[in-house]
Amino acid sequence: MEYYLSLFVRSVFIENMALAFFLGMCTFLAISKKVQAAIGLGIAVIVVLTITVPVNNLIYTHLLADGALAWAGYPDVDLSFLGLLSYIGVIAAIVQIMEMFLDKYVPALYSALGVFLPLITVNCAIMGASLFMVERDYNFGESVVYGAGAGTGWALAIVALAGIREKLKYSDVPDGLRGLGITFITVGLMSLGFMSFGGIDL
Amino acid sequence: MSMKDTLTGPVFNNNPIALQILGICSALAVTSSLKVTLVMCVSVIAVTAFSSLAVSSIRKHIPNSIRIIVQMVIIASLVIVVDQVLKAYFFTISKQLSVFVGLIITNCIVMGRAEGFAMKNGPVASFVDGVGNGLGYSIVLLFVAFIRELFGSGSLFGMQVLQTVNDGGWYVPNGLLLLPPSAFFLIGFFIWGLRAWKSEQVEEPDFKICSNTRAQEAV
Repeated sequence: MEYYLSLFVRSVFIENMALAFFLGMCTFLAISKKVQAAIGLGIAVIVVLTITVPVNNLIYTHLLADGALAWAGYPDVDLSFLGLLSYIGVIAAIVQIMEMFLDKYVPALYSALGVFLPLITVNCAIMGASLFMVERDYNFGESVVYGAGAGTGWALAIVALAGIREKLKYSDVPDGLRGLGITFITVGLMSLGFMSFGGIDL
Repeated sequence: MSMKDTLTGPVFNNNPIALQILGICSALAVTSSLKVTLVMCVSVIAVTAFSSLAVSSIRKHIPNSIRIIVQMVIIASLVIVVDQVLKAYFFTISKQLSVFVGLIITNCIVMGRAEGFAMKNGPVASFVDGVGNGLGYSIVLLFVAFIRELFGSGSLFGMQVLQTVNDGGWYVPNGLLLLPPSAFFLIGFFIWGLRAWKSEQVEEPDFKICSNTRAQEAV
C-alpha cells in the first residue's frame, strides 16, 4: 500500500506530465483560459488515463510482448512493433465509447465536457503515459495507480495555469507577447517551480 | 489558394506552433541538440505530408462517425515505418529520441492537418499543405535547438564552436538552456519576435482600460 502511495505522489508531483515531461502541451495551452473549462478537461483526462493505461498494460503483457502469445501456442512471436498502433487504437476507441456512454446516460456531464472529449485522443499525455508504462515495465496494479496519478498531476497543472491566466488578462502585456507568448513564459516559470520537486525521492 | 501559398503560408503567416498552437510537446523535449532535432523535423515532415496525402485520397470513402480512428490508423502506420527506419539506420539518434518518435502520432499538427485540410481538399494540395506545415514546425524547432545547443553547450551539430571553460576555453556554458523550461521561454520570445514583425497576428486584448471621462479625474 505504501509503495502504491509513493508511486502516486511521484507521478503527480515529481514526474508531472505537463511540467516535467511537457506532454499534452497543445490542449494545455489552448484550453487554459478559464478555470471552469480547465477543471472539466482535467477530470476528463483523469478518467481516460485511469482506464487506458491499465487496458494498454493488459494488451501489452498478454498479446504484444515478446513471447506473450505462448498461451495461444505461438511462443516465438514478438508483436511489440505493433505497440504504437494498438495503443492509439485503444485510446481512440475508449474515448469514442466514453463519448457515446456519457451522451446516453450522463447527458449533463457530456454537455459539460462536450468539445474536450474528442480532443483527448490527440492529447500526448495519454499516449505518453502508455509508452512510459511499457518502458518502465509496470504491472497491472502499478499501471492503474500510475494512470490515475499522471492524470491528477496533469489536471492540477492545467487548473493552476488557468488560475494564473484569469488574473493575467487584466495586466498590461506588450502587444506582440499578448495571449500565447506570455502564456509560454508563464508556463516556463511554472515548470522552473516544479523542478524543485525533482530531487525528492520517496 | 495557389500551391505556393499552401506551401509557404504555414511557415510564417499561419505557423502551426506560433499561431495555431499545435504540436508543442515534442518541440520542447527534443530541442537540446541540433542533430536530433533535424532528424525529428524530417520525420514530422514525412509523416504529415504522407498522412495528408493518404487521408485525402480516401476522404470520400471514410464514414464520418469513425473518421478519427481511420486517420489515427493511417498516421500510426506511417509512424511505425519511420520508427523502424530510424532504428535500422540511425540507431543512436533513435535511442535519444526514445518515446518522442512514437509521440508523433499524437502530434496535433498531423491530426490537425488531416482533419482540417485533407478531409476537404484534393490529394496533391493536401500533400503540399502537409510539407508546408511540417516546415513551419521545423523552423521553430531548429531556431530553439540552435540557441539551446550553441549557448547551452557551446557547440553546433556536436562540433565545438565556442570553446568552453572545461576544455580550457573562455565560454561558460549556460546550464539553464539545457533544462526544459528554457524551451518555453525561447518559444515565447520567438512568438514575440514573429508578432512584432507581422503585427496582424497580435491577439486582441480581453479588456481595455477606458479613458477618463472627465478631465479633472486624470489629475
